[in-house]
Amino acid sequence: MRVKAKAKGGVIDVKCLFKHPMETGLRKDKKTGQTVPAHFIQEILFEKNGKTAVTAYINGSVSKNPLVHVQVKGNAGDTVKVSWKDNKGESGTEEVTVG
Amino acid sequence: MKRIMHSLAAASLALSLGAATAQDYSEMAPEEILESLISATGSKYLGQSDQNRMMMEDNPALEVGEAGAKLFKTARGPNNVSLEGCDFGKGPGVLKGAYVEMPRFFADTGKVMDLEERLVHCMVKQQGFSKDDKEVKKRHGSSSDMMKLMTYIAMQSNGMKWNPPLDHPLEKAMRDAGEELFYRRAGPMDFSCAACHAETGKRIRASVLPNMLEPAEWTKGISWPAERVGQGNVRSTNHRLRGCVWQMRHPGIKAGSDASMALISFWTDAARGQPAILPDLKR
Amino acid sequence: MKRRTFLRGTLASSAIVTAMGAGLLAPRTVLAAWPEGIMKAKDVAGATGGGAGEASADIKLDVPNIAENGAVVPVKVDATAMSGVESVSILVDSNGNPLAATFIIGADGMAFASTRCKVGKSGNMVGVVKAGGKTYHASKEVKVTTGGCGG
Repeated sequence: MRVKAKAKGGVIDVKCLFKHPMETGLRKDKKTGQTVPAHFIQEILFEKNGKTAVTAYINGSVSKNPLVHVQVKGNAGDTVKVSWKDNKGESGTEEVTVG
Repeated sequence: MKRIMHSLAAASLALSLGAATAQDYSEMAPEEILESLISATGSKYLGQSDQNRMMMEDNPALEVGEAGAKLFKTARGPNNVSLEGCDFGKGPGVLKGAYVEMPRFFADTGKVMDLEERLVHCMVKQQGFSKDDKEVKKRHGSSSDMMKLMTYIAMQSNGMKWNPPLDHPLEKAMRDAGEELFYRRAGPMDFSCAACHAETGKRIRASVLPNMLEPAEWTKGISWPAERVGQGNVRSTNHRLRGCVWQMRHPGIKAGSDASMALISFWTDAARGQPAILPDLKR
Repeated sequence: MKRRTFLRGTLASSAIVTAMGAGLLAPRTVLAAWPEGIMKAKDVAGATGGGAGEASADIKLDVPNIAENGAVVPVKVDATAMSGVESVSILVDSNGNPLAATFIIGADGMAFASTRCKVGKSGNMVGVVKAGGKTYHASKEVKVTTGGCGG
């Protein structure tokens, strides 16, 4: 995952790009005819300077390799941490300094 | 009547173009350049797809270019050197404005070369790769080294005016041969490039096509590498050319061949003076 | 009241599982629970936990009029003009499960969310905002087509 956080006028734009298949569990594999099991990011936690700012719950209706953009109050120099978890229990986290 | 209407439309497009090209686009992001051209021309081709216009700000191709930047500066290959010593026409390692001046003649090879051919040349001659090594052989797909490198190098010419040199006799010859090929009907359906790309507003199904005779449209048409949203991959100039040839049901065209070089030379010359939009995002 | 009953253990466990599954029990001690109830609801009423509320001009909803590629439809909901926003949600009413994403806005968060959604067929994209205990929405139609060129 990649996180970009830029501040302007007290607003931090946090843009995250995840590498994730975001399978709904409804799609059939064209080659095998088998249904591809559900595999999607479920939760994304956005923290600023260690405090929860936004909690996102998403599902397979969000596009593959999703781009998620939220706004958080703050300025350059703050730290933003993004943590995600998917329905299979896989997870990841990234912390950046706001530019 | 139709011809008069067409030339009136072309004239008004050309007039508003004059205003557009007085701007400095080199400091603008690709989507800003596109919006500016749309405002200046009202072109149906440029203004199509709200969806794609909204997505440009977060173009996946930008990331592919960033990966290319890293690769470019990494010492690789049997000779363990980076590509910073590669001359793309403006001197070793000079990338700013290099792409918009290609294809061009290179004295060290005696050939007119496009970006892809020149990149392969440096990877082989300087880094010591063989043409069959996967790093060189795999040209397509966002995950290929070649696509990452080409995207990075091309991005350094974003907003700059297409300006391929025509001083060397081979450069002029390639450009002129490309013009012949552009207008030549061939294949079982008698298609030429001009059949689709020499009139404003022509379409394939719902997609409006760029008119080569309208430089402000054509600049976006030839702005590759670009993310192909429907294919989920960044595509190159040669990928586009191969696709067009396939659609026309012409026999296949090889990247780096004289025919390919001629068409690319011509089509870059046709966009001369217009700002390149790199990386672009297309359907 | 339900929570106290839960702690005393007098509710049959299967009833608890059902209640939790429907998103009805959300005890604060259970952190970050994916709201399965609203996620799996099959209509906007269920997906918003009671309806999309009144239309509000304070919610800026940006979606393309026409999307030639239903796999990556950009959608932006900006309700920063409103105060007391608790959550911002994105719904695709033509999808089998309309709720695509819901953003719980904390003290330092702002009422803004933008992402790309899969839209199976033409229909409405709805931005739902819960603020001050009430629900508001903005809705825009997106026509999904498969566009042009074969290459």
